[in-house]
Amino acid sequence: MTGSLSRDVILTILVSAILIWIMPLMIATYTLTVLVIYGMLGLSLGLIWGFGGILCFGQAAFFGLGAYTYAIAAINIGESTVPMILAVLVPAVFAALLGAMMFYGRLTDVYLGVITLVVTLILFKFMNSTAGPQYVIGKARMGGFNGIPGFQTLNVPGDPSAFIWGDAYFYVCAVALAIVFVLVSALLRSSFGRVAVGIRENETRIALMGYDVRARKTALFAVGAAIAGLAGALFANWGEIVTPNLFSLSQSAEIIIWCIVGGLGTRLGPILGAAGLAYLKFLLGQQSMIDNTLIMGLILVLFVLFLPRGIVPALASLWRISFGRRPLGRIHQVRRTRNRERLNG
Amino acid sequence: MDLSFVILVEMLYAVASLILIGAGLAVVFGMMKVINLAHGEFMMMGGYATITAVNLGVNVFVAMLVIAPLIVGLIGLVVERLVIRHLYGRLVDTMLATWGLSLFFIGMTTMIFGNTTTGISTPIPGFAVGGYQINGYNFFIIVVSVLLLIGILAVLKTTRAGLVARGAMQRADMAASLGYSPDRIYMATFFCGSALSGLAGAVLAPLVGLVPTSGGAYIAKAFITVIAGGPSLVAGLLSSAGFFGIVSQVFTFAISPVIGEVALLVAAVILLRLLPQGITGRFLKGRL
Repeated sequence: MTGSLSRDVILTILVSAILIWIMPLMIATYTLTVLVIYGMLGLSLGLIWGFGGILCFGQAAFFGLGAYTYAIAAINIGESTVPMILAVLVPAVFAALLGAMMFYGRLTDVYLGVITLVVTLILFKFMNSTAGPQYVIGKARMGGFNGIPGFQTLNVPGDPSAFIWGDAYFYVCAVALAIVFVLVSALLRSSFGRVAVGIRENETRIALMGYDVRARKTALFAVGAAIAGLAGALFANWGEIVTPNLFSLSQSAEIIIWCIVGGLGTRLGPILGAAGLAYLKFLLGQQSMIDNTLIMGLILVLFVLFLPRGIVPALASLWRISFGRRPLGRIHQVRRTRNRERLNG
Repeated sequence: MDLSFVILVEMLYAVASLILIGAGLAVVFGMMKVINLAHGEFMMMGGYATITAVNLGVNVFVAMLVIAPLIVGLIGLVVERLVIRHLYGRLVDTMLATWGLSLFFIGMTTMIFGNTTTGISTPIPGFAVGGYQINGYNFFIIVVSVLLLIGILAVLKTTRAGLVARGAMQRADMAASLGYSPDRIYMATFFCGSALSGLAGAVLAPLVGLVPTSGGAYIAKAFITVIAGGPSLVAGLLSSAGFFGIVSQVFTFAISPVIGEVALLVAAVILLRLLPQGITGRFLKGRL
């Protein structure tokens, strides 16, 4: 097993190195950075939904929480290393608590969807109402609808005056995504990841085999939230402002669309779906003929109806049909030889 | 004395509006186990239909109670035939597809009406109770929602169509073997559910400034009310709307409207954690 993991790592490094080298030649790095961040956000839901079977309608909650944690901590601390770590930890702990509440209560699909959606809404409403001067954490004012601007952006660890921005920031984000991707691959190859997939396929069977399904689901949920939190912190650095819109329903909807379009149950699908659709949205935003939301909605409906498995699995099976080995032909071959043997014998 | 009367009316109004918001979704969910996340947009379109009709010179009550439900019902019919029909029995897929539809309708409305706030004035004047001013329209909403509940109950209990619908709700295969096409029944149910959403949106339209994204404000509340209500249609709607309406109004009067909204959501999370099958999954079992 370790052999194929190291092959995975080498392949990831090679492909991401080539992409990091080529992509800035085609798209401006400023746009590219946000595509990479969205890719990471898509991967976070792709992990818990595609491999764990947990449909979270509120992945935006952890994204926003990561961004807000970073902004508030950065204002109070005045450098970026500790805030980055906090931005991963706070959403993970929050998700662990929320997940424990849901999974130990044996809530499934629709109810899970409602609760995650409602929690996102609570955060959205609460953050929108924190406009007054009494809502202060340390030195940071929450700012209500206007959000929090003007916090310390990413700097070289240990040197608060050496900011990382522009092209350099793109490379940081891209490398971060590659590292997260490798970590997710390793997680899925570990026994924890295999049991998670088993839970997705048949929860009762895994429980009867003696695994604690509730604890494992909670842990996976927290891992997903940690990745979303990291994406949120990177997004805060990119936008240099955090607003309650990070928690909005449309943000949650978009993450789900990315995963559906890219392909569930794959690691690459959600990343490609996120980056591709975000870029499409960026291009569509430059024209005013057709409304952006309309096209996004249409894409989601069409994919659910006609390609519910998403682009990446569909392309993979197309590849297998066109170029791969043909198991069907081989079976015929075997049967034919067997028949011949039987005739001869 | 005056204040307690005002608070009583406000609570009744909160409960009534939750019933109105949830009714269309409850019919569709209770009958077909389809969660229509475009419900909020159906309400929004009901509102736009009303405003357009009123601007064309139609009487406001005709526009609200007849035109808007019909138009939204027809839109629902088209949606059911084109999309939802293919997804019966796939709960998560219907949720995703209807979410896509909701985005589609938001985009569509933005293209037609523009991203501006429109509205009509309330057709019933307010009046004073002691030192307080009460919106007379609140009473209209309370009356409409009471009539709506009685109407749903009467149709389900006393008419043949209601009997067939209840039968298909329990055992679609049995209804089919008795010669009723579940496909037709589902189509009709979805039409009724959409029409109810349109009615709710139309009746609430004079109270809010309408924008293409106003559906989002309704969907979470409708979703919560219906899921927390549980399997029985009328009893579930009544009990959960009553519970949430009172909780949100108590916190609104005690602290502030925003806290009231948040309290409603928190109450929903706690309630679902304690009663994952909804209120009527535990109590009042087997009622309508």
